[in-house]
Amino acid sequence: MNHPQAAAAFLKDQARASWHDETLWYVRDKRDAASKRLPEWEDLRTLASDIKEHTLSQLDYYLEKFEEKALENGIQVYWAKDAAEHNQIVLQILQSKECKALVKSKSILTEECHLNPFLEKNGIAVVDSDLGERIVQFLNQPPSHIVLPAIHLKKKEIAELFHEKLGTEKGNEDPKYLTDAARIHLREKFLSAKVAITGVNFGIAETGEFVVCTNEGNADMGVHLADVHIACMGIEKIIPRRKDLGVFLRLLARSATGQSITTYSSHFRSPRKGKEIHLILVDNGRTAQLSRSNYRSSLKCIRCGACMNTCPIYRRSGGFSYGSTVPGPIGSILSPGLDVKKYSTLPFASTLCGSCTDVCPVKINIHEQLYAWRQEITQAQGWSGKELSIKLAKGIFTSPLAYRVSGKILRAALKSLPHSLIYHPLNAWGKGRDLPQPPASTFSEWYQKNRL
Amino acid sequence: MNSRESILQAIRKLPREKKNLPELPDFGKNSDLLAEFCQSITRNAGEVLSLEDFQEWMKEKNFKKVISLVPDYASLSTQAMPEDPHALDSLDLAIVEAPFGVAENGAMWLDETSLCHRVLPFIAEHLVIVLRSAHLFPTLHQAYAQLQDASTGFGVFIAGPSKTADIEQSLVIGAQGAKSLWVVLVD
Repeated sequence: MNHPQAAAAFLKDQARASWHDETLWYVRDKRDAASKRLPEWEDLRTLASDIKEHTLSQLDYYLEKFEEKALENGIQVYWAKDAAEHNQIVLQILQSKECKALVKSKSILTEECHLNPFLEKNGIAVVDSDLGERIVQFLNQPPSHIVLPAIHLKKKEIAELFHEKLGTEKGNEDPKYLTDAARIHLREKFLSAKVAITGVNFGIAETGEFVVCTNEGNADMGVHLADVHIACMGIEKIIPRRKDLGVFLRLLARSATGQSITTYSSHFRSPRKGKEIHLILVDNGRTAQLSRSNYRSSLKCIRCGACMNTCPIYRRSGGFSYGSTVPGPIGSILSPGLDVKKYSTLPFASTLCGSCTDVCPVKINIHEQLYAWRQEITQAQGWSGKELSIKLAKGIFTSPLAYRVSGKILRAALKSLPHSLIYHPLNAWGKGRDLPQPPASTFSEWYQKNRL
Repeated sequence: MNSRESILQAIRKLPREKKNLPELPDFGKNSDLLAEFCQSITRNAGEVLSLEDFQEWMKEKNFKKVISLVPDYASLSTQAMPEDPHALDSLDLAIVEAPFGVAENGAMWLDETSLCHRVLPFIAEHLVIVLRSAHLFPTLHQAYAQLQDASTGFGVFIAGPSKTADIEQSLVIGAQGAKSLWVVLVD
């Protein structure tokens, strides 16, 4: 994948790109307002960061403790080293239940593992039950944002889609009407599903319970009506104590959407009588990321999406331009950890302004890690055009004569050269930007004339 | 080596720095908890009712299928709890009682010991939560201190009606769970 190319494609539709930019900024604004209502906001960020740092420093201990407690609670626990093993475990559970159709609430991990296409290949129908996820599933697209999966779509497109898939009135674009239609459609799926899959927001080592947060109530509608609940959890989702939830739940929704808490924060400790909970602990590159000292703290991420909403690049290039399950600044650190060749352009999809780091509720130094990846990737590639231009600039800036002469040439060139020659494809700066008007005189000329 | 062992081994062989688990401050405050709670519920698109308003509201709405699990309002039930939770699909209203609520965000705790079926507060078309106005904590920290020893199989914080903004960020109340939430504050 190539981020600049994909971003250019997104930017072709200027009106949509501006709408995308403004809509995400609106979410960022709500996050700011919510965080400012809490005087202890910065203390909570520090606590959350420290709790996660501590947990990552003893991850083996906490995973074993979590497993032990979960088993005591009657939860069946599995370990998967990679996506393939995770998918196989899910399939085996489904086959043992003779399950052919299931409902699934939002889980970025199952997206990362490409669980849906795998299950469908094995003859199992998956219904994503989060509204945004159902919309993109109908379109055969991945989510473009981890919290707002269908943020790249306009209601007109969703109205057309629902007309085709759910038989809604043609041309009715009212979000309430469309949401109601989805509610009726999904209700029927919830009532008939024997198995429900969810992600996990937090796993608590102390109690062996796990917490799932939604606004729609779709995770709960699925699991409380099904016989079998399969919960898919990345190993970095562990926190030590139940009371740590106080810190994380206060930060999560405020950072994500500006709500003070999600509508539902469900705590699963043991299955209903006669029912089953299966929990899969998944590595899939996480222990490898843990071993990279520059990037290990990216595993503190609680998937709130705040770094995406604030990022000037994400807002103007869209989630799909990243070509990875987790887009945006945090995704640009995580994805190269999975496949550095494939995702080599992502750490460059940043202005390094540091806004991502400023809003991160667990204080991941995102922009510094992006910079570190750039160093590694540039070195591995061996040569870059930028290096050449820096060398050239060094020559010009160290010789006063070269500086004067080249300045004159450039001013003259900007004035007299035809537009097509100045804005030729090699001038990356000129793409989407105007070059400055050349000044009437240089500073030295001005100084000679005006000094007292 | 199985995957469990290989994952744990991969972690164990990494050099580790000792990093302490922080103790959590209380962050409690002496504000007007009731006013803050009501404001939070309103912000979450829920509604707060007094006991009188609630009785009036029940008359006006005249729901056909109601299940009340609150002993004081047991008479509001129009049907018995079904054995199969799927049969709750057509339920118009569930009335339950929360042991406590949280002022900063309007979250109210429900656990399965008081729900009969876990799905009850989600599947009902409308939800009423009865809450004693003295049973409020300022923040989630005090709420979790209260829950420290609770060990029920399922518990949930509910802070409002089910909602979504997945279509162009337009807020729509009533996604997959209850379409409205009414909090009845009693003394």
